[in-house]
Amino acid sequence: MENIEKLIAEHAFFKGLDPKYLKLLAKCATIEQFDAEDVIYREGKPAKGFYLVLQGRIGKEVNVPHRGPITVQTIEEGGVAGWCWLVPPHNNCFTARAYEKTKTVAMDGECVREKCLEDQQLGYEFYKRFTNVIIAQLQATKLQLMDIYAVQS
Amino acid sequence: MNTRVNDPMLPRSFRVQRVRRETYDTFSLELKPARGNGGIKFSPGQFNMLYVFGTGEVPISISGDPLNPQKLIHTTRMVGPVTQAMGRLKKDDIIGVRGPFGSHWPIELAEGKDVVIVAGGIGLPPLRPAIYYLLKNRDKYNKVILLYGARTKDEILYPRELEQWRSRFDLDVHVTVDRGTGDWRGNVGVVTTLIPKAPFDHTNTIAFVCGPEVMFRFTVIELLKRALPHDCIYVSMERNMKCGVGLCGHCQFGTTFICKDGPVFRFDHIKDLLEKQEI
Amino acid sequence: MVQQSKPHPDLAVLPRKNLQLLLEAIKAMGYRMVGPIVRNGAITLEELDRVEELPVGWTDSQEASTYRLQERRDAAIFGHAVGPESLNRFLYPPEQRLSEATRSRNGWKIADADRQVQPLAFLGVRSCDLCALGALDKVLMEGEYADSGYKSRRENIMTIAVNCGNPSGTCFCTSMGTGPKAESGYDLALTEIVESDNHYFVVEIGSKKGEELIARIPHDTASPQQAASADAVTAGAVKKMGRSLDTSGLHELLLRNIEHAQWKDVGTRCLTCGNCTMVCPTCFCSTVEDFTSLDGAAAQRTRKRDSCYTMEYSYIHGGSVRYSPAARYRQWLMHKFATWIDQYGTFGCVGCGRCITWCPAGIDVTEELRIIRVSEILDTMSASTKES
Repeated sequence: MENIEKLIAEHAFFKGLDPKYLKLLAKCATIEQFDAEDVIYREGKPAKGFYLVLQGRIGKEVNVPHRGPITVQTIEEGGVAGWCWLVPPHNNCFTARAYEKTKTVAMDGECVREKCLEDQQLGYEFYKRFTNVIIAQLQATKLQLMDIYAVQS
Repeated sequence: MNTRVNDPMLPRSFRVQRVRRETYDTFSLELKPARGNGGIKFSPGQFNMLYVFGTGEVPISISGDPLNPQKLIHTTRMVGPVTQAMGRLKKDDIIGVRGPFGSHWPIELAEGKDVVIVAGGIGLPPLRPAIYYLLKNRDKYNKVILLYGARTKDEILYPRELEQWRSRFDLDVHVTVDRGTGDWRGNVGVVTTLIPKAPFDHTNTIAFVCGPEVMFRFTVIELLKRALPHDCIYVSMERNMKCGVGLCGHCQFGTTFICKDGPVFRFDHIKDLLEKQEI
Repeated sequence: MVQQSKPHPDLAVLPRKNLQLLLEAIKAMGYRMVGPIVRNGAITLEELDRVEELPVGWTDSQEASTYRLQERRDAAIFGHAVGPESLNRFLYPPEQRLSEATRSRNGWKIADADRQVQPLAFLGVRSCDLCALGALDKVLMEGEYADSGYKSRRENIMTIAVNCGNPSGTCFCTSMGTGPKAESGYDLALTEIVESDNHYFVVEIGSKKGEELIARIPHDTASPQQAASADAVTAGAVKKMGRSLDTSGLHELLLRNIEHAQWKDVGTRCLTCGNCTMVCPTCFCSTVEDFTSLDGAAAQRTRKRDSCYTMEYSYIHGGSVRYSPAARYRQWLMHKFATWIDQYGTFGCVGCGRCITWCPAGIDVTEELRIIRVSEILDTMSASTKES
């Protein structure tokens, strides 16, 4: 039986978090593994939580009619997939699909929200890390939007 | 008196040996001198002025093997009338070549170091000669890492070569696309997202970055975040060129001429100019 | 390298009536002569044979965006400042065929363009323009690659300089260290002295060619009084400069102020017409144009003079790097007074004032530079006031 607390502690997202909080969060966590092409969660469905990616690759897709799924981002080892559980209406923003054999720690959204309410310090630590990731992703997304390799006419 | 040899504005005739369509708008020409076996000795990062008779002339980086200069290769993207005319050339057609011009990727400074090569889109062809050279002299360098970003999977250049490189144990190759379509199961995200986790030692690394200016500016930001010093990063600049030999004035970038002081620049030398607009 | 000429210790003196002999001697030595003439309300440079074709009795009045010819009260021949043209037009012509290609059985045959060069002699060249020639030599001949057309024309010229006595309202050669007296780079330098009863030229010999030329015509050695009169002309010119420019630390000043608000300000006035680049004696930018015959059997490449003020100049797939007038003005001004030094070791400006005269918007480079310098001083003052 793998030590989930250790897995969470080693993941880049929770780096530096006080061990007492790691213990708390471990209570919200389970290990989930996916094969290539497994759908992890679907766009629009209620969001259960987020996934710390330990190995493999998750693709975030948007389904475009008559064009099929377009992948807008992939998350690899050290990344986190799934943020829309944090804000109402708490539904998945994208469809997440494993692109290869992928191992994750799945964190239950409601459980994490509760623990953050009980201990505001934990809440602060969590949102601090969350903000960093979001800013980096937003920056990268804006670059994607600029379509920098396109030929300007 | 034969001025042909001395006049830098007179093109040499080269014959198209092979045309390879790389993507829907990018192609490679393999050229050989129309007369004799001269070839063009060049350093990675340099460019030639390619002249399509009657249409015009454009600067294109050399993307062949510097240790095999008999095969002169230029990978070009069709972005205007001259490159489009170039894309219509067939085997045995004649094209004019002047060069090589410009500064080169300082591979000589990379010995004993980790080498990080970051290419975006059409930025890979000017770096390919450097990669060839590094691989031929592999034991002189520590880690060699290639990070390459393309728009979509259909716009990935040299896919077969990338596969070969990726299969080597002494080369770290990561390819990403801005947008994942169809059955692409690789990385999706801008090439800058590959830098935070790239396995290089920031205290002993040299980086070569090539691609659209926006791409390399943000790439440099990520490299600097990894504590890579300003003077260990080299970028390739681009400007309008008409002569390629420092006489027409078009390629000026502040105090420099891109055709002779560049196109490869050490980042700290042009850092201040890059921060300003419309230079 | 063009041979540097050193002034001959002896001065010669040439009476006005013998000037025609000088012109004929120049022709006899195999040169086509180019000199100032009055045409279309300005003093331009054309081929000429006779003294009568020169601007005898003419002077000019120049100010920002103003050029007027005026009649003199005397018969001075060179009693004017520079007109819109410089040697640039003849040595680096607006159009130069570079190469020609013809279709052959198995491709194309390229040939170098025929470069017929007949030696040119320039009469009446001012010191500023001689310095401009030196600047162009550095750009077009002393880099890693040389322009063969410029080189072949330039190496064969003869220059008969004239030391200015009548600088214009826009002249500032003294500020740039380029005049009014010609110091080197000439074959002969004439200083015209017009007195009520006497009209003559004091002649300085600047090269072997000049020595050979003056030997062909009757002349005397200048007396000390005549030499002194010549010096007085130049000394007088120094005092009559229409403009001045503080060049101390100018290179660094400009590089510190790439984003100064003044660029935006001048950008609202500059029409980007490029007149300044057309009249400037050191401007060298060019482009290459390609032509094909209608049947596609022949192709030509022609170099044409270009201007950094056009949108095409900095165009790279999709747009121009310098799309605003402010950025284009800044490129030109900073090149002349800052980046030229990094590239070639001297200023790119010789203080001839043409850009000020011929700018339809009346933009004055000395004024623009002064504003930037002064604003920096004021900023420093107000900053130190805040601290105290």
